[in-house]
Amino acid sequence: MNFANLFRIALKALSNNKFRGFLTMLGIIIGVGSVITMLAIGQGSKKSIQAEISEMGSNMIMISPGAERRGGVRMSRDDVQTLKVKDFEDIRDNCKYVTLVSPTVNASGQAVYGANNTPTSVYGVTQEYLDIRGYKVKDGDVFSDQDIHTSAKVCVVGQTVVDVLFPGGEEPVGKVIRFGSIPFRIVGVLESKGTNTMGQDQDDLMFVPYTTVMKRIQAVTYLQGITCSAISEEYTDQAIEEIGAILRENHKLKEGTEDDFNIRSQQELSSMMTSTSDMMSTLLAAVAAISLIVGGIGIMNIMYVSVTERTKEIGLRMSIGAKGRDILSQFLIEATLLSVAGGVIGVILGIVAAYVVKVLLSYPISISTGSIILSFVVCTVIGIFFGWYPARKASNLDPIEALRYE
Amino acid sequence: MGKEVIKLEDIKRDFKVGSEVVHALRGVSFSIMEGEFVTIMGSSGSGKSTLLNTLGCLDTPTYGEYYLDGVAVRTMNKDQRATLRNRKIGFVFQNYTLLPKTTAIENVELPLLYNPKYSRKERYDMSVEALKAVGLGDRLEHKSNQMSGGQMQRVAIARALVNNPAVILADEATGNLDTRTSFEVLVLFQKLHSEGRTIIFVTHNPEIAMYSTRTITLKDGRVISDEYNGKILDAAQALASLPVEKE
Repeated sequence: MNFANLFRIALKALSNNKFRGFLTMLGIIIGVGSVITMLAIGQGSKKSIQAEISEMGSNMIMISPGAERRGGVRMSRDDVQTLKVKDFEDIRDNCKYVTLVSPTVNASGQAVYGANNTPTSVYGVTQEYLDIRGYKVKDGDVFSDQDIHTSAKVCVVGQTVVDVLFPGGEEPVGKVIRFGSIPFRIVGVLESKGTNTMGQDQDDLMFVPYTTVMKRIQAVTYLQGITCSAISEEYTDQAIEEIGAILRENHKLKEGTEDDFNIRSQQELSSMMTSTSDMMSTLLAAVAAISLIVGGIGIMNIMYVSVTERTKEIGLRMSIGAKGRDILSQFLIEATLLSVAGGVIGVILGIVAAYVVKVLLSYPISISTGSIILSFVVCTVIGIFFGWYPARKASNLDPIEALRYE
Repeated sequence: MGKEVIKLEDIKRDFKVGSEVVHALRGVSFSIMEGEFVTIMGSSGSGKSTLLNTLGCLDTPTYGEYYLDGVAVRTMNKDQRATLRNRKIGFVFQNYTLLPKTTAIENVELPLLYNPKYSRKERYDMSVEALKAVGLGDRLEHKSNQMSGGQMQRVAIARALVNNPAVILADEATGNLDTRTSFEVLVLFQKLHSEGRTIIFVTHNPEIAMYSTRTITLKDGRVISDEYNGKILDAAQALASLPVEKE
């Protein structure tokens, strides 16, 4: 008995009972449909979070000073002075996996213009920092290399600062504001980025040359951090390794000693953020999986009834030469066909439902081929698993008794 | 004389019913030659059905040897017997046992589906030929529920013929039919016999025996008579002499 013949027999038997077949498939259709829809919604929200994160700079790497001991005392991070300008310069000049680099030295204080003032943060950076973080200048320009070289008192301000200091709609570019006691000339205004996922206002800041913050505001010789971006997301790990090697050499760390710096990539942040939505997806999928199992039990039930109902047919088939395994295969194929056909309809309905959700509720959705393939595999497994017992029963029938069955 | 198609040697078959042992067959021996048309008679409880199951390789004897077309059946396993049934035996049952909602041709090609030797085309051609042989060449695509009892039985006979078996086993093949249709079926069996087929017809109806070449009678699990029929009646004549039904 070859497979094609068995397949034809099973198909024929199913087509004799179309409506019942459809009702049987319904459980699988609903199960698979909900799996596809749920995963589409789950994946969609995950993707939208990832997109938000990559807006912050997807290949961003942040280097901060780390643990340092002095005479056995572990220093607070703010007091650690291990990151120097030379580290920044070496990373910029020698790392081949890094494209953009900027040191960061921050200060916070009060920005004042005329009668208006606001508390804000000053970020001492290079021009590249704006590209790393995805900031764009709306009016005016960024400060120049010359400005960095001369520790010029120039700044690029965020929209929130502009709104507070220039409530009358004055043109801010070219105006001089004060930060603390130091006057800064505004050379550019940033395009608004809004709040980030964590609810932080990304426009409440000023960018100034890092040399200015180091020399004129903080009077320090060390950096609070270095921010850079890898040439692409995939090379983040190589970039981190490269940076680590340079820093260890610069800091003259012997083998076996702890790093005195920390390197974190945006990837870590991103995986942290997406783990929540992953868990949601898992929960949704679990609920959907339960409905698939219920669908499978439905198939088993119908196949069981079908075997009893077709006892005579089974007896006939055996009397004309069907072996036990031919009967077993026939009923297994029937069960699998039912569940896979249910799977196909379910996938189609699931995709339609996902798009309906997208259009009506404007949820972000994302349909992965993985979930579709998984659905088919699961359906086949369900068909075989739940079809096995009834098929086994059919194949073990005694042909003499089966023929007499009324 | 042709070759021995069936050879039974002291066949015994016991069944355990609860704590009792029922002896359905108590030592049956006979041979059937190629081209015979044998009626096996017996009242209910005579062991007739058990003998039929044994002859049809659906059951194996407890004791004794059974050779079908020279092959010893008793020591075969289930799968081997299934294959043997598929190649050597054609069954015709009392209640036709056609697949519901299935066309005549699909019913007839069923035994061939279980034989990987045949291609789709061969199956179709052989089935058409078998249906023509039973006079249903014009009803190939009729479904089983669109046919009369006589037609259904003829489809069943075609199904029994299609694999060109060594022996056709008919179990009360006219039991469900009215007199006229019964004779039509008998005519068909006589025609098949005249074409050289070996036919075993199991029945409790003594009338049938008059149309076959040999009658074996069973009682209480033993053969009580085995006679050749000296005066075989022609079923076609009997059919012609039946009063014509009024429309």
